[in-house]
Amino acid sequence: MHILKCCSTHTDFFPGYWRSIFQLMRRPIPLQGLFVTFFVVTCFAATCVFATPPRFSPVVRDMPLTFPHDFGDHPSFRNEWWYATGWLETPEKKPLGFQITFFRVATEHDRTNPSRFAPQHLIIAHAALSDPAAGKLLHDQKSAREGFGLAYTKEGNTDVKLGDWYLVREENGRYQTSIKAEDFMLHLSLTPTQPPMLQDINGFSRKGPRPEQASYYYSEPQLQVSGTVTRTGKEIAVSGVAWLDHEWSTAYLDPAADGWDWVGANLDDGSSLMAFRIRGKDGGKVWAYAGIRDPSGRFTKFEPEQVTFEPQRTWRSPLTNATYPVEMQITTGSTVWLLTPLQDDQELDSRQSTGAVYWEGAVTVTRDGEPAGRGYYEMTGYVEPLEL
Amino acid sequence: MTKPLNKGMLSRWLLSGEWRTHRVQLAAAIIAIALGVALGFAIHLINTAAFNEFSAAAKSLSGQSDLQVRGPQVTFDESLYPVLAQHRDVELANPVLELDVAIPGNSQERNNATLKILGLDIFHASVMTPDLIGIPAEEKLFDILADDAIFLSPAAMEWLGVKQGDPLQLRVGTQTITLRIAGGLTRARAGQRIGVMDIGAAQWRLQRVGQLSRIELKLLPGVDRAAFKTKLEQELELRGQYLVTEPANEETRVANMSRAYRVNLNMLAMVALFTGTFLVFSTQALSVVRRRHQFALLRVLGLTRRQLLGQVLFEGTALGAIGSLTGLALGYVTAATALHYFGGDLGGGFFTGIKPDVHFDLLAASVFFILGLGITLLGSAAPAWEAATANPAPALKSGSEDIALSKLATPWPGLICLVSGIVFTQLPPIFDLPIFGYLAIAQLLTGGIILMPRFAALVFSVASSTLSSRTSPAQVAAPALTTLALARLANAPNQAAIALGGVLASFTLIVAMAIMVSSFRVSVDDWLKHVLPADLYLRTGTGGDARGLTPAETKALEAIPGLARVDFLRSSQLALDPDRPSIALIARPIDMTDPGNTLPMTGEAISPPLLPEGTMPIWVSEAMVDLYGYTPGKRVTLPIATPAPSFVIAGVWRDYGRQFGAIQMQLADYQALTGDRLVNDAALWLQNGTTSEQVIASMRRLPFGDALDFSEPGQIRSLSLNIFDRSFAVTYLLEGVAVVIGLLGVAASFSAQALARTREFGMLRHIGMTRRQILGMLAVEGGLLTALGAVLGFVLGWCISLILVFIVNPQSFHWTMQLNLPWKGLLAVALILMASASMTAVASGRHAVSGNAVRAVREDW
Repeated sequence: MHILKCCSTHTDFFPGYWRSIFQLMRRPIPLQGLFVTFFVVTCFAATCVFATPPRFSPVVRDMPLTFPHDFGDHPSFRNEWWYATGWLETPEKKPLGFQITFFRVATEHDRTNPSRFAPQHLIIAHAALSDPAAGKLLHDQKSAREGFGLAYTKEGNTDVKLGDWYLVREENGRYQTSIKAEDFMLHLSLTPTQPPMLQDINGFSRKGPRPEQASYYYSEPQLQVSGTVTRTGKEIAVSGVAWLDHEWSTAYLDPAADGWDWVGANLDDGSSLMAFRIRGKDGGKVWAYAGIRDPSGRFTKFEPEQVTFEPQRTWRSPLTNATYPVEMQITTGSTVWLLTPLQDDQELDSRQSTGAVYWEGAVTVTRDGEPAGRGYYEMTGYVEPLEL
Repeated sequence: MTKPLNKGMLSRWLLSGEWRTHRVQLAAAIIAIALGVALGFAIHLINTAAFNEFSAAAKSLSGQSDLQVRGPQVTFDESLYPVLAQHRDVELANPVLELDVAIPGNSQERNNATLKILGLDIFHASVMTPDLIGIPAEEKLFDILADDAIFLSPAAMEWLGVKQGDPLQLRVGTQTITLRIAGGLTRARAGQRIGVMDIGAAQWRLQRVGQLSRIELKLLPGVDRAAFKTKLEQELELRGQYLVTEPANEETRVANMSRAYRVNLNMLAMVALFTGTFLVFSTQALSVVRRRHQFALLRVLGLTRRQLLGQVLFEGTALGAIGSLTGLALGYVTAATALHYFGGDLGGGFFTGIKPDVHFDLLAASVFFILGLGITLLGSAAPAWEAATANPAPALKSGSEDIALSKLATPWPGLICLVSGIVFTQLPPIFDLPIFGYLAIAQLLTGGIILMPRFAALVFSVASSTLSSRTSPAQVAAPALTTLALARLANAPNQAAIALGGVLASFTLIVAMAIMVSSFRVSVDDWLKHVLPADLYLRTGTGGDARGLTPAETKALEAIPGLARVDFLRSSQLALDPDRPSIALIARPIDMTDPGNTLPMTGEAISPPLLPEGTMPIWVSEAMVDLYGYTPGKRVTLPIATPAPSFVIAGVWRDYGRQFGAIQMQLADYQALTGDRLVNDAALWLQNGTTSEQVIASMRRLPFGDALDFSEPGQIRSLSLNIFDRSFAVTYLLEGVAVVIGLLGVAASFSAQALARTREFGMLRHIGMTRRQILGMLAVEGGLLTALGAVLGFVLGWCISLILVFIVNPQSFHWTMQLNLPWKGLLAVALILMASASMTAVASGRHAVSGNAVRAVREDW
């Protein structure tokens, strides 16, 4: 669901970028991840003036996904990402949440440039660790141009690398990932227990009322996690359950979109739930979707009018003053789901570097009042545009 | 005297009385000190500001890196980048392509300058060099990675007369490319002319695909930089020739670029201060002599020697403090004005394109204050000592003045100075600077001035006796003035010598500088004639990193009718030492039968047939011998290919164009070794009957004709000499100040003497001389003194010019030159000096002879 996060051209990211520039002009601060959001933003916002801009493939219906090829990169599409989230348990049975995202963004740079430095694709990564004991998120990000074997996304199978951060899918389907962030390190292997879950219409995922507003989207829910988490030099063994999304597209979000709410949850009975809502500037619903797959593999899809999001409790960020509906009730058909956060402050405030501000955190999920499972919940577009 | 003398009141009273009556001498001394201090301080401030700004600008390009890896040539292959980026001790590797790119058209207007363009990877540069990140337009954020965008610093925009959104044309080889100015670099330093592009776009557009200029490294916390550097150097040795440099190397390199120039300029400023010393000395000495009776009286009245000594030194201190403070203020204002209106470049061409601000430097100000005060005290010390030690009884008598000064005329210190000066000329440079050369100059000057009284006495007594023996009684009237003047000069040489000190010092310096500059200019002119033998010269673009002409293009040029011969030339930069600026490598056809036909050889050479079989010769400039020890016959390797090929140094040639060193080699050897087929320049010889206009016209019709710049040897020569003259403009100013100080010395000493000689003049009036005749006598005295000063100054100046030409220049700038004496100019200056000295003497004496002759005579008895 990260496309939505990246596509908001109007609310938090855009002024955030400008604030970064403004800060840049005043003091030398590291801007490693400056482009995480702004490139994706500008892909859509900028009027391109180049002589020979590249042509990207459109996302069309009735193009069946083929594996293992589609586990890999699709460089002819503008955007692509692999997004892993999950719940971990420490040896002391304490819960932790994690998020690892790798983006690939194609630029408008002339494809005939023979330089190996030609920035045709950018690789961007986000990682976050949520620990209720810390009371907030630890997070870090990286970005680079693809090239020289230092940063890449490979075709044929999942194989993404950005410096010493990587996510690789082995032949047997197991994912290995390693993140050496500023304040923490993650070394995890994610082992599938179920086949990939194709979202919406066989992996053709609509994002708005217009036909081109769509992406190719599959999830790998119910991944068994084992590995280590290192904080302040201390390495601990962890295990847990994770969710991996892989999505690629070219076209963009509806201009009326203002932000979105998304959840992906691994349910205790082996079912998987994914739901999102795109909010309009008028506060209304631009689009919504939900998909549920039960342990037997039966897939149920919900149309926009069958999915409603109703905030239950809000939390105000002391840092950004944004108010997030941290407890959310989602209705899919006749089923009512309630999302409760692992901790209230799971806001990712990177105004100092990328300008991106969003809430992304571990939640527990109840189905019709009964504990049902655990997932990850994402909210964007809640920060008021900065007054400059 | 019932009450003991109030010391404080007395010294104030003595001082104010003395100063009130001798305002001219006082003003002259203060102005001399002030001018010397002001000049030195201003030059120091300007040079420091320019240098600091220049270093800061250079530093801002490499940002916060711990180490830098670069190749010996302008660029190297990018394959090293991923290796360094993944090195386990490296946190961040920032690849940079930095090129000086020519701007087409208006090359004269912009003085052939180039625009420095940096190709950066924003993802790394934002950490390493955040000041160099372009700010795109609000709706075009993507421009920062665009393939046709460039971001310009405010100074570059102003210089090029462009703004955001405009197209910008650049010359790459013979092609012109057009980029779009996508935004500014708001944090570039004031005056810094730079452009920034995406590194991928820069490699492509500037035709350097696969090439980098340097890789900047930020090491992981805790990695020992020195140890890592050693390890990395070893690792890189296996991959080819690389230089691993620290920011300190960069600072040293930038400092080395302009150091000789800055030090030499500061030395010249010191000379002005030095000249001032003699003036202070003469003012103080004459003041003491004049007041001998006063002081003797005070001694009789009970003032101790110590108090008297203190009094004279106190006067000197007051004089020095006022002069130095005035000088500091004047120097600061001068520096601020010069920096504001002319920038930091004083003519050396090292600091163009920056806008430094003047910063008051307390340490330097203290040093110059102490220097100003010190020389004043130095000038006062001897007279003060004399005044204090004089026996009051004889001192009260008239005519004791010259005896008093004779103590100052012991020849030993002078001889010691001269001998040590001669010894200093034989010593080598320290830290590449001609310290001993300058000390030798100071010693010769001091020695010459100390020996002056003896020499003057000798010359004038010989002249006096010759004149009187030849003169018949009938002719007595006419040369009476000359006889008197000579007698006076011969018998009271010490006072004369004091007047002469300033004249001698300033004229010596004028002579020395004039001979040096003239030798240099004539040598440069001869050199230009030698290095520009062809009828017409052609070059592509103007930049140091211009790509040049391709083999197909050179063929097309050779095919133009009317050409008798075409020599192509490839020049590039080569870094051999991380602490020194790059040297120039020039590959061209060199006449193997006699390299002297192609190169301005200095004489040290191995004839090509005598070279060992199968070796490739190179010819090095004089700087290479001094800086890198490249002596003829030596075998050296040059990192122009892998493995580095070896060469034999076949000779040394003179190069006034590149003080950091240059190497010439056969174009064929160069192309065979490097595979680089491009050339930058061509020398064209025309067939008889063909004019350069015809050739230029046909070459302009070639597809790449617009990219060619043509110049005739005459144009290049006059342009070069223009630049030469401009770079010595400051020197002329310094000479002027030295002359003014010298003349002030004459004025001060003559007016002091004239007053002191009131009794003498009264006597002369009594025996029948008219005022006119006395003034005439003074004029003759002044003229004779100055003539002697000029002759001696010429001899001393000539000696010093030898030091400047044969020691200071080769040691500072690493080039030699032939000696050339500008007779006419020197004669003119000598005559002007003599005339003004005579006039000064008359003007100063006018007051002394205006009084009542009877009173003047009676005053003392």
